[in-house]
Amino acid sequence: MSLDPNKKLNIEEILKNLENYRAKKRGWVWRKQKPVQVLGEHTFYDHSESLKKSVPLPAAKYFDNIDPQPKPVITTEIASGRFEDDIRRMRMAAWHGADHIMVIRTTGQSHIDGLIEGTPEGIGGVPITRKQIRATRKALDLIEEEVGRPINFHSYVSGVAGPEVAVVFAEEGISGAHQDPQYNVLYRNVNMYRSFVDAAEAKKIMADANIFQIDGAHNANATAKKAWKVRPELLVQHAINSLYSVKAGMKPDNIGLSTVPPTAPPAPKLWYDLPYAVALRDLFSDYKFRAQQNTRYVESDTDEAQITHAVDTLISALTSADIQSTITPDEGRNVPWHQNNIRAVDATKQVFNALDGIKQLVKLDMDGPLGKMVRELKERAVLFLEEILDVGGYFNAVEKGYFVDSGYYPERNGDGIIREQDAGVAVNTIIERKADYFAPVCSHFGINHIPDNLSKPCDAIDGCTLCNPMKIAYIDELDPVDNVNTRIKQLVEDEKLGIIRPEVEWHGDGLVTVEMVLPVFEEAAEIAGLTIAKQMTLKDPQIIHKRVLHPAEGTMLLIKGKVDHYVKLSDIKIPEKVEHLSDEIIENYVKEHELKVVGATLGEDEHSVGLQEILDIKHGGIEKWGFKCYYLGTSVPVEKLVDAAIEVGAKAILASTIITHGDVHKLNMKKLDQVCREKGIRDKVLLIAGGTQVTNDMAVAAGMDAGFGRGTHGIDVADFIVKKLISKEK
Amino acid sequence: MKSGLDRKDDYEKRREHLANLNDEQLKQRFWDLTDKITEPLIDMAKKYTSPSIERSVLLRMGFNSLEASKIVEILYKKDLLGHGAGNVVYKLSKKENIDYKIAGKKIIEGYPAEQLF
Repeated sequence: MSLDPNKKLNIEEILKNLENYRAKKRGWVWRKQKPVQVLGEHTFYDHSESLKKSVPLPAAKYFDNIDPQPKPVITTEIASGRFEDDIRRMRMAAWHGADHIMVIRTTGQSHIDGLIEGTPEGIGGVPITRKQIRATRKALDLIEEEVGRPINFHSYVSGVAGPEVAVVFAEEGISGAHQDPQYNVLYRNVNMYRSFVDAAEAKKIMADANIFQIDGAHNANATAKKAWKVRPELLVQHAINSLYSVKAGMKPDNIGLSTVPPTAPPAPKLWYDLPYAVALRDLFSDYKFRAQQNTRYVESDTDEAQITHAVDTLISALTSADIQSTITPDEGRNVPWHQNNIRAVDATKQVFNALDGIKQLVKLDMDGPLGKMVRELKERAVLFLEEILDVGGYFNAVEKGYFVDSGYYPERNGDGIIREQDAGVAVNTIIERKADYFAPVCSHFGINHIPDNLSKPCDAIDGCTLCNPMKIAYIDELDPVDNVNTRIKQLVEDEKLGIIRPEVEWHGDGLVTVEMVLPVFEEAAEIAGLTIAKQMTLKDPQIIHKRVLHPAEGTMLLIKGKVDHYVKLSDIKIPEKVEHLSDEIIENYVKEHELKVVGATLGEDEHSVGLQEILDIKHGGIEKWGFKCYYLGTSVPVEKLVDAAIEVGAKAILASTIITHGDVHKLNMKKLDQVCREKGIRDKVLLIAGGTQVTNDMAVAAGMDAGFGRGTHGIDVADFIVKKLISKEK
Repeated sequence: MKSGLDRKDDYEKRREHLANLNDEQLKQRFWDLTDKITEPLIDMAKKYTSPSIERSVLLRMGFNSLEASKIVEILYKKDLLGHGAGNVVYKLSKKENIDYKIAGKKIIEGYPAEQLF
């Protein structure tokens, strides 16, 4: 099975024969680095190998359609609650440049003492199960082949089933995972002894399976009121998890610090985030960095979020990032929507493209205030570590509430999180290993009394699942109703009938957004906007973002709602693609007839780029085929253009009309037609209008022979002129 | 619950003993302290096990998650997890000369595993 770029991913095919499917690869994969490479006309220094198939940035069409892939692995977080919908979004994200797909777990999974099986629907994420992982990995195996780059699949090894989850991840080819016992203790209230005992086993399993680990320290900035104040503590949390992981068997190369620039504008971000980034990279020089983008201060304004995230990415470029995580700009208002995963991945790629080679151009000045601030952060962290030991070690420090305090250490504000040693989820569940303790499996951490006659522990049972995957026990579904087979009925039916419905999250969820500006104060705008949305037949309309343009003059609203509308693919007419004449035919015809054209931007309009692209040989314009072009410039009166056509004997008039206020573009077209008629040349000259808002139908209705809109190239116009003239001759 | 710890920023005073360390020495101190903090934690992890660890062992032996949960639940109640759940299953298979997967099923069905020790 392989994917056809012109066909949708077939979920039913993915679900077939899953019980026998084995992941094609295991363990983490980095991008293939290309320290110096020329793409189009440009040299890149901080980029990696290009993709076989991808969607480049919108402006790429001006740069030979290059799609430079930045050095770091790029992460996108996907979890709509239904893995069958996530898979399609993963394919979209991979085409835009994501190669680390992180799947968020359903709410509450970290408190489930055991594994979930099957494919139940989740809330705020998906239930992570063996079937969900296997089906997703199977889809990713196909997608990575389609785009031509390995994709790392990632989830979470935390909560009270960490070791079991780690085993499933190792068996099913998960290549990255969060694991940090401090996260369990502080944010999930899992008993601290249990959390650390489980963590060592989970880390050992991950280490042997070459699963890249990301820690949980970033949660401190996501929860702290003043996120920049917890920087000394973050250094401490990173250190504890990193060294604990090494002691459990992980290589520093496989340990990633999850680090977030803690502030956002209007704060002077660089003064806080840059020294922190530098201090971290100095102290943890043996480890890898997973740079995250800020979530703490992201609200409903997606533009604001994208700009904060661009500065976060700038900090990565100025320091370093092995993995650059992206945060969807809509995270502050809903579970991310399809298009926002793509926006975040594109924006991050865009920043890295722009900042290529920045370290050759700009250097951090460590002799200035930056160096002093870096030193101070490190010292504050060392003082924190000293006090942990002074109060009797990590567990005592947690019990006394030293962590997640809002004070800038050593300042303490008395609002840290307290967890008691003999409390929490799964308290009193660790058991001392007895003198004959034995676990007959590989990747086991700690005391294990392996019988002397065995060379490895699993020889006792003729191999464990990590050595012999045939032994893996697969459970398909446990719930006869809440599973993927029930959910995809609508999708399968729609696909069969060719029904197209709008969606942002799940197949055919019908969600659309409407943006409107209402010229009233905020409170009135809200009520008026929702009323108008209902009049537009939007169901359950909700305001997901608003911006006060002025307290009295106006309010912008973004409203989401559901529609039941759909169309059938068989009912819509897709205009056939025009087959262009060959270069040779066009050239010969133009030469033979000595074709001349005149062109200008009509009326009071100073836009000149579009028409020049159509005319100029340098931009693939019609001069290329031998047309003699007379360009009159911008803001040219209709009469002047027609007179010029008469004077040079032009066979076509190319009129550019960009401004559309008061339908001035249509009026100018009508006038052009009328003047040509008055001067008796209408049947001797082709009238062609162009502009960003022009369509062929509109132009023809206004008396033109043709109209060309956005995305038109010289060949489209040359082809039209020659074809039309040939047909006139007949 | 909140800690009630309350302290003004006394960084300037506290840092006096660090002032003379160069950056390398400061980094060394950072990691030495972290080593001291993590040592007792990892030591505990070596000596203890948990229901999740034991379920993860059974999964690696080829039991499915439902079987693994049942076996560990039974052995936890009988206070036998300290021997290792996989070990209990393995011992029973040796004693009865049966496949260890069948031994696991026997434990689920009520075999008095405590008699193995």
